[in-house]
Amino acid sequence: MFKSIRIRAAVTIVLCLAALVYLAPSLTSDLPDTWKKYLPTDRIHLGLDLQGGMHLVLEVETAKAVESTLDRTANDLKENLMENRVRFKIHERTQDRNVTFEFPDAASRDAFDKILHNQYPDLEAASSEMVEGKGLVSLKIKDKRAAEIKKMAVEQSLETIRNRVDQFGISEPEIIPQGTDRIIVQLPGVKDPARAKNLIGRTAMLEFKLVDEDHSLEEALKGNVPEGSAVAYESRMDRDSGRRSEIPLLLKSRTLMTGDALESAKVQIGDRFGQPHVSLKFNAQGSKDFDRITAENVKKRLAIILDGVIHSAPVIQERISGGQAQITGSFTMEEATDLAIVLRAGALPAPVDILEERTVGPSLGQDSIDKGTWASIISGILVILFMIFYYRMSGIVADVALVMNMLLLFGVMVAFKATLTLPGIAGIALTIGMAVDANVLINERIREELRLGKTPRAAIEAGYTKAFLTIFDSNVTTLVAALFLFGFGTGPVKGFAVTLTIGIVVSMFTAIFVTRIFFDHFIWNRKIERISI
Amino acid sequence: MEIIKADTHFDFVRMMKPNLIMSLAVIIIGIASLIWHGGPNYGIDFAGGTLIQIKFQNETHTDKIRAAFKSLGFEDSIIQDYGPKEVIVRTAESGTDAKGLTSRVEEGLSAAFGKGAYEVRRIEIVGPKVGKDLTRKAILAIIFSWIGILIYVGVRFEFRYALGGIIALIHDVLVAITFLSLFNKEFDLNIVAALLTIIGYSINDTIVIFDRIRENVRKNIRQSLVEVINASVNQTLSRTILTVLTVLIVLIVLFIFGGPVIHDLTFTLLVGTITGCYSSIFIASPIVLLFEKIKPSGLKRKK
Repeated sequence: MFKSIRIRAAVTIVLCLAALVYLAPSLTSDLPDTWKKYLPTDRIHLGLDLQGGMHLVLEVETAKAVESTLDRTANDLKENLMENRVRFKIHERTQDRNVTFEFPDAASRDAFDKILHNQYPDLEAASSEMVEGKGLVSLKIKDKRAAEIKKMAVEQSLETIRNRVDQFGISEPEIIPQGTDRIIVQLPGVKDPARAKNLIGRTAMLEFKLVDEDHSLEEALKGNVPEGSAVAYESRMDRDSGRRSEIPLLLKSRTLMTGDALESAKVQIGDRFGQPHVSLKFNAQGSKDFDRITAENVKKRLAIILDGVIHSAPVIQERISGGQAQITGSFTMEEATDLAIVLRAGALPAPVDILEERTVGPSLGQDSIDKGTWASIISGILVILFMIFYYRMSGIVADVALVMNMLLLFGVMVAFKATLTLPGIAGIALTIGMAVDANVLINERIREELRLGKTPRAAIEAGYTKAFLTIFDSNVTTLVAALFLFGFGTGPVKGFAVTLTIGIVVSMFTAIFVTRIFFDHFIWNRKIERISI
Repeated sequence: MEIIKADTHFDFVRMMKPNLIMSLAVIIIGIASLIWHGGPNYGIDFAGGTLIQIKFQNETHTDKIRAAFKSLGFEDSIIQDYGPKEVIVRTAESGTDAKGLTSRVEEGLSAAFGKGAYEVRRIEIVGPKVGKDLTRKAILAIIFSWIGILIYVGVRFEFRYALGGIIALIHDVLVAITFLSLFNKEFDLNIVAALLTIIGYSINDTIVIFDRIRENVRKNIRQSLVEVINASVNQTLSRTILTVLTVLIVLIVLFIFGGPVIHDLTFTLLVGTITGCYSSIFIASPIVLLFEKIKPSGLKRKK
C-alpha cells in the first residue's frame, strides 16, 4: 500500500485517536464542557439483555381494522338505503366476514346497485345471487382499499404506541415496524413491565352508548337479546374487599361518540374519598355532539365503555354543554394515570396481540456485563501471553495489533451506534481468538520463508504477500456467514453478528496493515539481521 | 517455540477413509439420539412457551416452586437450577394471554413466598406464531449461508473445492447437533448463532488449506493431487493447530467464567471449533480428491 512507514504510522495513530475520542464518553462521564460541545458524547449502546428492559413483538390485527371499516360503511349504507326507501334486509355476518344484504325484488336491487356504485367506491360485491326471486348481495371492502386500510392501521398503531410510550416517560425507547403487520417495541430500563405492557397493548377504544331501559335485562341474559341492543358488563371493585365483580347491563348497540371526540384527558382527585378519576375534555365537534346527546337523553343512563367493558353508566341529570365529562370508577392512581395517557394518545385502530415478550431485570444485566467483561479480559490476557511465548518479539507485535483491534472495534461500535449484547461479548472474545489467526498465518509464512534461506527482508515481503490472499479469502467466507447471521438474527444474536463482522473487518486492518509497519520499521530503519519469531 | 515441527510428513490422505467412517458413525449416533429424544429439544424460541428466571433470597426447594406454579395453572412446568438460589421455570404455555401472564406469575409468587423474597430477573414469552417464524428463519439463515459460501468459494477456487467445503460445513453442523442432542441441550436462538459461527470458523480453516492446495497445484504441476493435498495439509498444520488453540483458550474461559446465559452457546462453539478443524483436514480435502477421481480436472497430472 503506502511505502512510507511514517505515513502508515500516522494513519494508524489517527485511527486509534479517533477510536479513543469515540470511546471516551463510555469510559468516563466526567468530560469537560468543551468536549461535550464539539466531540461525540454517545456512550456504547448496550442491548436489553445487558442493561435490562423489555422487548415486545406486537402484531396488529389488521383484518379487524378492515372489518370495522366495513361495519361502519355498511351502517352508513343501511341508513342511506332507508332514507331512499329501498327495501332490504341485512343478514347476520357470515364466516367470510362480509356483510350480506337481501332484496325482495329487482327494483330495490337496482336502486341499491345505483347507490352502491355512485356513493361507495370502497365497497364491492363479493358475490351476488338470486335465490327464490330474492337478490342476495354480499359486500366487502375492495382489495386495494383493504390493503391501504391495513397499512394505515399499522402506521397509526405505530404512531399511537409511540405517543403512549413517550408520555409514559421511558428514555430511548425504540418502536419500529417489522414485516407487514408487526411492531417491535424496546423499552430499556423499564421498571414495571406489566404496567408498560398493559399501557401499550390495550386498544383504548372509548365509546359512549345509551343503556337500553325499554327491554328486560333478564330476558336478554336468557338469550333473547332485542335487535339493536347487546349485553355488556361493568367491572366494579369493592373498595373494602378489593374484589372485582361483573355487573351485566343491556346497552343500545349504536355508538353515540368515540374517543376521537376527545381533546385531552387528565387525572383528577375527587374531593370526597380522595379517589382519582379521569376528566375528559371534548374537542369542538365533540362538545357539540355531547351537548346534543345529553340534551336528548336527560334522565337516561349513558354508559362509558372502554374496550368493550363498561366503566360507568351514570344517569344524565341535565344537559351538559361545557364539553367536559368524567370517567369515574374504582381506579388506583396508577390505573387512572395510564387511562389518561391512552385516552390522550388515542385508540389503536385495531387490537394488537403480543406475540413475543422478553424482559430482563437490571440486576441480571449487570451480572452478565460483569461476567462477560471478566471472561473477555482473562481470555485476552491468555491469548496475549500465548503469542509472546510462541513468537517472542513478533508475538508482541501481534499483541499490539490485537489491543488496537479491540480499541478500534469498540470505537467503530460507538461510531455506528451498534448494540453490544451478551452474545456480542462472546463474539468479541471470539474475535480475539480469530484476530490472532491472521498473524499466525503471516508469522508461519515468514518462518517458512526463513527456513528456505531468505533474508529477513525478503521473508517478510514474501510472508505478507502470500498470507494476504489466504487471510482475505478465509475472512470473506467467514463474513458471508456473519452477514447471514445478521440478517436472520434479532436482539442479542444480531449483536453477536455485529461484533463478529466488525471484528473481522478491523482485524484484517490491524493484523496485516499495522503489524507490517513494525516489521518494516525494524528491517528498514533498524536494519536488524534476525527476526525474533 | 514450535508445537508442530516444521517438517512434518503425516500421510493425511491415508487417514481420511477411517476418519470419514468415524464421522459417519458420529452422525448416525446423532440421528439415533434425535430419534431417541423425539426430535431436537426445542427451546421456547422455536417451540413457543414461557421462561421465567427467578432469584430467591433464601435457599428454596424446587418442590415448593413447582407447587406455586402448579397453583397458577402451569401444570407441566420444568424447573431447573440456574446458579445459587436461582431457578429457571419453563412452561409450554404462551400466547393465549401474554398480557396477563406476567402479572399472574407475580401474584402467584408473592402469594407463595411473600413479596421481596424473590426477584423475577427474566421473563421470555414466545407465542407459537413467532416460534414458527423463528424456526423458518433459522433454517433459512443456515442454508443460505451455505449457498453464499458455496458461490464465493466456487468463484474464487473451483466448484469441487466449494463442494468439499460445504460438505465439511454440513458435517460440522450435524456433529454439533449430535453433541447437543446427546447432552440434551436446548435449541434456541443462541445455538443457531453458534452454529452459524461454526460455519464461519470452519470455512475459514478449510480455505486456508484449500489456498495452500491451490498454490501447490500451480507450483508442482506434475505432482499427484494426493501428494499435493498431503503436502498442503502438513505445511499448514502448525497454523491450524495454533489457531484452534487460541480460539479454544478463549472459548474455555468463556465456558467457565461467561455465566449461564451463554453456557450452551460456548458449549456448541467448543464442539464446533474442534470439529471445524478436524473436518477441514479430514473431510473437505478428501471430497476434493473424490471429485478428482470422478471427473479429473483439465490439468494433466500423473496418477
